[in-house]
Amino acid sequence: MVQRLGYVWSVFSLLFLSACVGSSPAISESVPTEASSGAQVQASGELTVFAAASLTAAFTEAAAQFEAQNPGTKVIFQFAGSDQMAEQILQGAPADVFASANTKQMDKVVEGGEIAHDAAEIFAHNRLVVVYPSDNPGNLNSLADLAKPDLKLVLASPSVPVGAYALTFLEKASALPEYTESYSSTVLANVVSYEDNVKSVFSKVALGEADAGIVYTTDVSPESADKVKTLEIPNELNTVASYPIAVTKRAAQPELAAAFVAYILSPEGQTILAKYGFVPAND
Amino acid sequence: MLVFLTLPLLALLLRIPLVDLLSYLLRENVRQALALSMKTTALTVLVTILFGTPIAYLLARRSFRGRTLLDTLIDLPMVLPPSVAGIALLVAFGRRGLLGQQLSMWGIELAFTQSAVVLAQVFVAAPLYIKAASTGFMGVERELEDAAALDGASAWQVFRLITLPLAWISLFSGIVTTWARALGEFGATIIFAGNFIGRTQTMPLAIYQGFEQDLNVAITLAVILLAISFGVLFLMKQLVGQRLN
Repeated sequence: MVQRLGYVWSVFSLLFLSACVGSSPAISESVPTEASSGAQVQASGELTVFAAASLTAAFTEAAAQFEAQNPGTKVIFQFAGSDQMAEQILQGAPADVFASANTKQMDKVVEGGEIAHDAAEIFAHNRLVVVYPSDNPGNLNSLADLAKPDLKLVLASPSVPVGAYALTFLEKASALPEYTESYSSTVLANVVSYEDNVKSVFSKVALGEADAGIVYTTDVSPESADKVKTLEIPNELNTVASYPIAVTKRAAQPELAAAFVAYILSPEGQTILAKYGFVPAND
Repeated sequence: MLVFLTLPLLALLLRIPLVDLLSYLLRENVRQALALSMKTTALTVLVTILFGTPIAYLLARRSFRGRTLLDTLIDLPMVLPPSVAGIALLVAFGRRGLLGQQLSMWGIELAFTQSAVVLAQVFVAAPLYIKAASTGFMGVERELEDAAALDGASAWQVFRLITLPLAWISLFSGIVTTWARALGEFGATIIFAGNFIGRTQTMPLAIYQGFEQDLNVAITLAVILLAISFGVLFLMKQLVGQRLN
């Protein structure tokens, strides 16, 4: 009985989520291709892809290409924090493909039985970077300046991959003599908000409301380059994020889903990802 | 319909045993979120009464050019998606915002503070009080006020001794609905005030983050929120019912 109710609850929670949580999980549809149906392959129909927020631009372009190559297909995205989507899939959200910003959230879904063991493949890597508004209100010149008093720093919540990586960066830096031991705790005292996804971190910095934020290099798109400047985080302090992708067990469109995953892993898909600053999978 | 409205709430209650619920209640972040929600909503109600009552009275008692316009403007925050409210507040009161720029020059920065939490709540919830209070004031017969004035009562005395007691029930229910709406406020808060445990993370934000980290914590917080809202709304209806009889 309770289990039954639990199931009903999850359906309602999904309805509720898709309807109400307007602020973060942007559900965007790529433009359906109305191309001639002459060269129909067996892969056709609607494909639902849950992808990490940092993949928004790259996957939108990849999907447009994929749709053009497979007339009759339409890719529907939900871009949000990986942790949130992992939870949604475990609660029965209808995703055909899950692309996470770290292996931890993917493992969570695998353990929950919604994705087969060994199904996930790494398709890209990403790095962290510090961003600040171009007029530099916090007078930031080096990574050490992140510890300056009264600096307004915005991070992603430690529950999302990029937030956890940011904490790792601070810890690693604290171990080095040039940053001193208290570096991490001093920087964390400057945090004014832990945002629920990386795009919100970037927006608040681009708006100039925060003095600095830690995001992925891929979040700094050419269009936003005039609003923000970046401080590189050296390799020894940086965490390379691995992005896994997999078809879910309950995929409504398993063949189409597999075709999409194959496309992302193909040289063509990898080129698109590289264009948006991702490091290719086999590098 | 009744089933549809109550089933999700029932599901929340049945999901977690009561004992676990109590143990979660003692957690630090749950307590902090609860305390912050209580504090900010109390301030919201105070600010709303202070600044909302004159507007409600104006709307009820005077007909002037632009009255419909003012009335519509006050309705707007209620129908806006909360995310729109949050962005609007940020571009108005953020340090790069329309007014925020000036404020920031005076050393006042609102974004990411508890004041921002209160502002977000007032923005979306105050209209509910203004509407209710205005309806209450309209229900008070003009003649009663006029008679008192004729007997030499000052404008303030008329308001305090005649208008206020007669409109009290509407004002009170307006206060409670405003408080309840403020307690549930999420979208505008997370955008304008950000998310920081103990500083700007109210109950709804903690529930949202709980959903991402630990579903049980999220459900516990949700049940607490539900219990508080139910208790207050139920009590209000009883009080109002008694008054009416």
